[in-house]
Amino acid sequence: MSNILELKNIGYSYHSLHGETQALKNISFGVREGEFIAIVGPSGCGKSTLLSIIAGLLEPEEGTIAVNNPDGSLHYPRIGYMLQRDHLFEWRSVYRNVTLGLELQHMLTPEHLREVDRLLTEYGLDKFRDKRPGELSGGMKQRAALIRTLALEPQLLLLDEPFSALDYQTRLMVSDDICRLIRAAGKTMIIITHDLSEAISLADRIIVLSGRPAVVKKEMPVKLTLTENSPLAARNAPEFQTLFNRLWEDLTHENETQT
Amino acid sequence: MKTKHKHELTKQEQFVLTHKRHHHQVSSWRFVLFALFLALWEASASLGWIDSFFFSSPSRVAVCLVKQFSSNHLPAHIGVTLFETLVSFLLVILISLLAATLLWYSRKLSEILEPYLVVLNSLPKSALAPLFIVWLGTGTKTIVVAGISVALFGSIISLYTGFQQVDQEKITLIYTLGGKKRDALLKVVLPGSLPVMLSTAKVNIGLALVGVIIGEFLAARRGLGYLIIYGSQVFQLDMVITGILVLCIIALCFYKSIQILEHRIKIKFRL
Repeated sequence: MSNILELKNIGYSYHSLHGETQALKNISFGVREGEFIAIVGPSGCGKSTLLSIIAGLLEPEEGTIAVNNPDGSLHYPRIGYMLQRDHLFEWRSVYRNVTLGLELQHMLTPEHLREVDRLLTEYGLDKFRDKRPGELSGGMKQRAALIRTLALEPQLLLLDEPFSALDYQTRLMVSDDICRLIRAAGKTMIIITHDLSEAISLADRIIVLSGRPAVVKKEMPVKLTLTENSPLAARNAPEFQTLFNRLWEDLTHENETQT
Repeated sequence: MKTKHKHELTKQEQFVLTHKRHHHQVSSWRFVLFALFLALWEASASLGWIDSFFFSSPSRVAVCLVKQFSSNHLPAHIGVTLFETLVSFLLVILISLLAATLLWYSRKLSEILEPYLVVLNSLPKSALAPLFIVWLGTGTKTIVVAGISVALFGSIISLYTGFQQVDQEKITLIYTLGGKKRDALLKVVLPGSLPVMLSTAKVNIGLALVGVIIGEFLAARRGLGYLIIYGSQVFQLDMVITGILVLCIIALCFYKSIQILEHRIKIKFRL
């Protein structure tokens, strides 16, 4: 399949009066359409910075991020970003929350609203549309946040340590749920996580970043023998433990070389 | 359900009863305290422990209150003070919202203005009153300006601080959804700061009243502040204390009405 996004030699530094801190160095990788990529790395290595750059919230200092069209012009996919928490606004109803993106981009057309209605029904949120977010369960809130993102019809979804505010059990169920919905919607996804099991269970490919300045240390395809295609079932796959140990070694070895 | 004896209460009923009893006791004690104070005051005056010429007495205040009301003087003074306070209050809210929005929009502006705001906020505003009189004369304008000057700078500072405390990630969310800074203000910062605005309003209504009374002390021919100063100049201490009593009631009413407003808004927005 063709690449939906290509990162070439991305570099980024933070500047302060005390000097320059290089966060990202020479980061290059491609993202294929429909692929799920997990980015793991030691904490503070610049994973979130990388995601902000992909989302267009930060300009890279070096390198390019785009896809070359056959005619040589550059093409960016439409990107949806899911933050660590759902950030549904308590002063708006669920419906007015999920249409926030459309409202901001002046896209509240009947056509887009029909799509929102379809998603609300499909995700079982239809009867909660006039409720406040506070009345929803943790999982329902994440579904509402997903609809808010999907309403803008992104091709690529970015998830920055999602669901990390939830307790462990809810988190397992919610990440299983949300990722199945994203797969079903046929989207491409990049997820940042510090949870190695989560990375293995969700992703098709794992990109391991090194400590600061972050470079791509390793790309690891995830191929699991599955009886049932769901992130929760993936945790029981025979290859799971081996992959986990390999990732673990990569990251701990990283820490040793740092100290 | 199990049958219970009539007098045997469940734990829940006991809890409710204790809770009610507590509140009942608090309000009774409030009333008793007030009644005791009045009784002691009246007794000391009539037994000659204090000179009722200087200290007045509840009965003299009551007489004065009736006299002032029937001559229509007091309602007029109350009306003037109420009007001036409300105008100052509304202007303070309006100006400080605009100013806080501007400061939020431009970090540079807020850094430039910070020391000025701090100095103006800590300056005793009564020191400015003579200036206002010279510049604006004696009248409603001066008094409203005095009212504004007392509340304004503190209000700007608390609103701006409130704006800054809005969750930064919620603002990032607006940007990830393709919004601009203006959207962040209108969709996140202003609605998210509603509780701060309400608590600022609660403080401001009191401060506006303080400023208006200071103004009326110095530059008015009408209003409760004038009544109090006039009473002290002609040694009508009954009048002074009546004025203070009415001020107490006004302050209480203001506070209560903002509290009711706050309650309504909180229910409406389910905060």
